[in-house]
Amino acid sequence: MDSALLIHRLQFAFTVTFHYLFPQLTMGLAPLIVVFKTMFLRTGNETYNQAARFWAKVFGINFIMGVVTGIPMEFQFGTNWSQFSRVTGGVIGQPLVMEGVFSFFLESAFLGMFLYGEKRLSPRGHWWSAMLVFLGSWLSGFFIIVTDAWMQHPVAFERAADGSFQVTSFWGLLLNPWALLQYAHNMSGAVITGAFVMAAVGAWYLLEGKFVEHGRQFVRIGVIAGLIFSVLQIFPTGDLHGKMMAKYQPVSTAGMEGLFESESGAPMVIIGQPDEERRRIDNPIVVNKALSFLIYGTTTAEVRGLNHFPKSDWPTNIPLLYYSYHIMAGLGTIFVAVMLPAAFLLWRNRLYGARIMLWILMLCLPLPYIANTAGWLTAELGRQPWLVYGLMRTTEGYSKYVSAGNGLFSLLGFMGMYAMLAILFLFLVSRELTHGPGDPARDETIGTITA
Amino acid sequence: MLLIWFLLVAIMITAYVVLDGFDLGAGVVHLFVARTDDERRTVIRTIGPVWDGNEVWLLAGGGTLYFAFPLLYASGFSGFYLPLMIVLWLLILRGIGVELRMHLESPVWRGFFDGAFSLSSLLLTVFFGAALGNVIRGVPLQKDGYFFLPLWTDWRVGALPGVLDWYTVLAGVVTLVALTLHGAHYVALKTSGDLSVRAALLARRLWPVLALVTILSLWGTLAIRPELLRNYQAFPVLYGIPLAVAASLAAMFVYQRRQAEKAAFLSSCAWLVFMLVGAAAGVYPNLLTSSTTSDLNITVYNAASGMHSLSIGLIWWSFGMILALGYFVFVYRMFKGKITAEGGHG
Repeated sequence: MDSALLIHRLQFAFTVTFHYLFPQLTMGLAPLIVVFKTMFLRTGNETYNQAARFWAKVFGINFIMGVVTGIPMEFQFGTNWSQFSRVTGGVIGQPLVMEGVFSFFLESAFLGMFLYGEKRLSPRGHWWSAMLVFLGSWLSGFFIIVTDAWMQHPVAFERAADGSFQVTSFWGLLLNPWALLQYAHNMSGAVITGAFVMAAVGAWYLLEGKFVEHGRQFVRIGVIAGLIFSVLQIFPTGDLHGKMMAKYQPVSTAGMEGLFESESGAPMVIIGQPDEERRRIDNPIVVNKALSFLIYGTTTAEVRGLNHFPKSDWPTNIPLLYYSYHIMAGLGTIFVAVMLPAAFLLWRNRLYGARIMLWILMLCLPLPYIANTAGWLTAELGRQPWLVYGLMRTTEGYSKYVSAGNGLFSLLGFMGMYAMLAILFLFLVSRELTHGPGDPARDETIGTITA
Repeated sequence: MLLIWFLLVAIMITAYVVLDGFDLGAGVVHLFVARTDDERRTVIRTIGPVWDGNEVWLLAGGGTLYFAFPLLYASGFSGFYLPLMIVLWLLILRGIGVELRMHLESPVWRGFFDGAFSLSSLLLTVFFGAALGNVIRGVPLQKDGYFFLPLWTDWRVGALPGVLDWYTVLAGVVTLVALTLHGAHYVALKTSGDLSVRAALLARRLWPVLALVTILSLWGTLAIRPELLRNYQAFPVLYGIPLAVAASLAAMFVYQRRQAEKAAFLSSCAWLVFMLVGAAAGVYPNLLTSSTTSDLNITVYNAASGMHSLSIGLIWWSFGMILALGYFVFVYRMFKGKITAEGGHG
């Protein structure tokens, strides 16, 4: 591979992967904070409001990190992928501007009010500010998914004489069936992160025997939301997404599953290492006929393997694609396996004393981050070797005038910068977690920072 | 339709410069006019609820450029690769400078973020000015519409310039002075007591500098790009723009002395608007000028998206802008008046 192309890909992959660690929590926490605010309004119980305030602080730190690491994403379309931007600007420029115009303005206007304006708003007014921040963050996610979905499954366009893509239908672009499914799957994944983080923090408090009342609230809300969305993540969203992949990107499906040869009644590989040279899976543990059944609903259907497609159309990194997909799917299954017994214990009123379950909930904290990251790696590696699926190759899209050396300069710069951000983030969040919810003096000072 | 989108992009960039301009400027003056921790906290609080929204204009403006003139976005962003990467890092530093400062009660922590905030604000104003300077001066566009500029070459305005040469550095200095003054006006307007007095004094002292660099930049621009006067000669009414710049300078002078803080702030808004309008009127229909031959210029005609995309865009863009203006009115009304001691503002 051209070394400049490799650097451009690495830089985008690094910056977007790091970036998405933050929005997945903000988008996941936002609805849960609205839940706390709603419970406060309905019961008048101040501890729910304290819980909302506590998570709003974590949300705020996350939000800043999301903002400052998000700006480079839009810039890099032009700086590193100029030929892609030039050819597709008429289409995907649209959702990208819409994100700015419809969601960033909304978020930036109401975030300050939500974080710092509680004393100047009525309880209902403050509830609305939380609601609007939630809406803004979810709208923002939608426009980004529309952009990515168009690259995965281009619709509603025509090619102009100069080869550029132009929109033919505004609603066709926004309501791309791929986008709707991917959005449902992605947002459910974000709520899983929010729910697991909330449950983990609650479990930690209960195990340490501090902030017990809030700890119970966090575990309860976290487990309920965690169970609902872990199930939705697999069925229907994950299931439908997989079927859609198999239909429109069969070669990606073959790569994800490590299916080198076409097969009727194809098995599903649970564990094993893909060996691209010998075209086989090493040390496989498989479920016979499961893949055919999952995709086509019958155990005998033929699933096309990689051998069916010209090698030039194969995803460029099959082992990584295979592992990403398996990590995502494996963790998705584990999430249900964790949340089911936790929810059962909650229902039986025994969860708050079940130390082993609480330990498990606490230790699960990093897993949704890994699963969400692996999911995105699956989507984007599966799209390779294309930028716009079937129409424009990745090798055609990057900035030819930006040399590998200049690209490495900025990649290293981002790495240094983001290392600093990561340290600051962990430091500030751990301070908030240690300090815990419900300290009126602290709520007081935080409340006057900016507004 | 092309002229409409040119105007829309120009309006968004102008909105960005005027709005983010005052919070960048507040960053530049931060270390100079605010001496105690309380005062520095007050300066941050004057921009706290609005800086993020102001910066969205940069993203929305950049996105609009991407959508309406993809070739310009592609060529400009990849050609100015190095300065843009530095701008990104500065924006990151500045964002955390504003937002993380208050999290710890420690002089070292706060000192670090004060410094990061102020230094990144200062460098950003210079880079943004230099960027505008580059667009006016022109870049060595190749036949395929792309180019790549090193950060500097021999500092001269030739066929193979760098991002920084005497002209673009001059543009950077003009922007630094103008936004510093603009930010000082804003801080004077939004604060009270010593802080407000010091900010107003700084603004008064900068006035002659701004007047001088305004004239210098006009001279420099006409020296390297005399053809910018073409539109002016064709439509003499445009000569009103430089007059308006001069008038805003005069207004600034008068209002500064009358201690009319709001009027002074509005005059520096007007100065920024008219300078940008003057530049836009000069370059149209060119978007990015070639430093070698005018055949290679990127213009609104060869850079635009398809007509259908642009007409659809006009509908949702207008709708979104009405919403955005609504939010802005709402936020600035919630936030009007001077920042007072602890808690709220009067």
